[in-house]
Amino acid sequence: MKFKRAAFAAPLAATLMSVPAVAADYKIDTENAHAAISFRIKHLGFSWLTGRFDKFTGTFSYDEKNPDASKVKVDIDTASVDTNLALRDKHLRAADLLDTDNFPKATFESTSIKTTAPGKAVVTGNLTLHGVTKQISFNAEHVGGGKDPWGGYRDGFTGTTELTLADFGIKRDLGPAAKTVELTLDLEGVRQ
Amino acid sequence: MLIRDTSEGYGLISRLFHWLMAVVIVAMFILGVWMVGLDYYSPYYNSAPDIHRSVGMILLFALILRWLWRIGNPKPTDEDLSPLERTASFAVHWGFYVLLFALLVSGYLISTADGDPISVFGWFDVPSVLQARGLETPAGKIHRILAYATIALAVVHSLAALKHHFFDKSTVLTRMWSGPNQSSEKDRHE
Repeated sequence: MKFKRAAFAAPLAATLMSVPAVAADYKIDTENAHAAISFRIKHLGFSWLTGRFDKFTGTFSYDEKNPDASKVKVDIDTASVDTNLALRDKHLRAADLLDTDNFPKATFESTSIKTTAPGKAVVTGNLTLHGVTKQISFNAEHVGGGKDPWGGYRDGFTGTTELTLADFGIKRDLGPAAKTVELTLDLEGVRQ
Repeated sequence: MLIRDTSEGYGLISRLFHWLMAVVIVAMFILGVWMVGLDYYSPYYNSAPDIHRSVGMILLFALILRWLWRIGNPKPTDEDLSPLERTASFAVHWGFYVLLFALLVSGYLISTADGDPISVFGWFDVPSVLQARGLETPAGKIHRILAYATIALAVVHSLAALKHHFFDKSTVLTRMWSGPNQSSEKDRHE
């Protein structure tokens, strides 16, 4: 039996029968780079400096009928940091910032998702960065989804959060305007 | 004044290369160690690395010219050294060429890994010839190791020169400072 997006599948029925989550599993399309992990931080308070992590992998599950049952997990290769300047990237990898020799991986794994409006949710989970695990929340949005032209099925999301560097043990003083960094995940997944 | 080297000792060009590069290399080491510890808000945060890179490129050209000068000139004698000392001296001298070349190239690769050129004091640009993703980080690690190795070799070289000068009463130090003739005669009669 297939679940259809039938209009008569009333919310009441769903509640009564407590339909098991039929969340589909997705692999984040990093292979063809329809996903990005980017960040931006204020430079001296004068402008935004943007960068990204070029290498990461991840999966998510998504059930459009019950988005709160969705899950997401992302593994980031911290040494793949790229701000379009070799000297800065080298410094970002160094011991006083990301310390990628000792902490080559950063991970985010969701623990709870709460829908706030249609297509919008707060995604809470644990971020491990610089060896420190901390609970953070993304303001996330379902961008779109459906059949792709090549026989697959895709869904895509974007989510943004703000991190305080010192919370993750990154003590390098980049100035008063650069205590926090905005982190954005743009994730398109291919249904498996 | 002798410009070229002779079998007796070093000419002016070689002595200038030796002492100027010695001073600049030690200064570059101190500058390098100091600048990597600078606070982001230090007024020298950008200018110190700029100077370091510019001087580094000049040192790279100087090293190549010095090597060409070395192979194009007779090698002053080291016959007053024991065979062991002669081997050690050969290893140290050529070790300097190899180490310095690797040191300077590794420094160059840090700055040019993304394809950016190195501006030498704004006078001219040295273009990037080798780009690779993330190359700057291993190049930086190697640069640091080679910098300490170069200074270690410089210490060995200096101690050896002082040993030959004070204990062996050899002319190797004086002839590097003031050229071949006058000092060799004087020292032999001391």
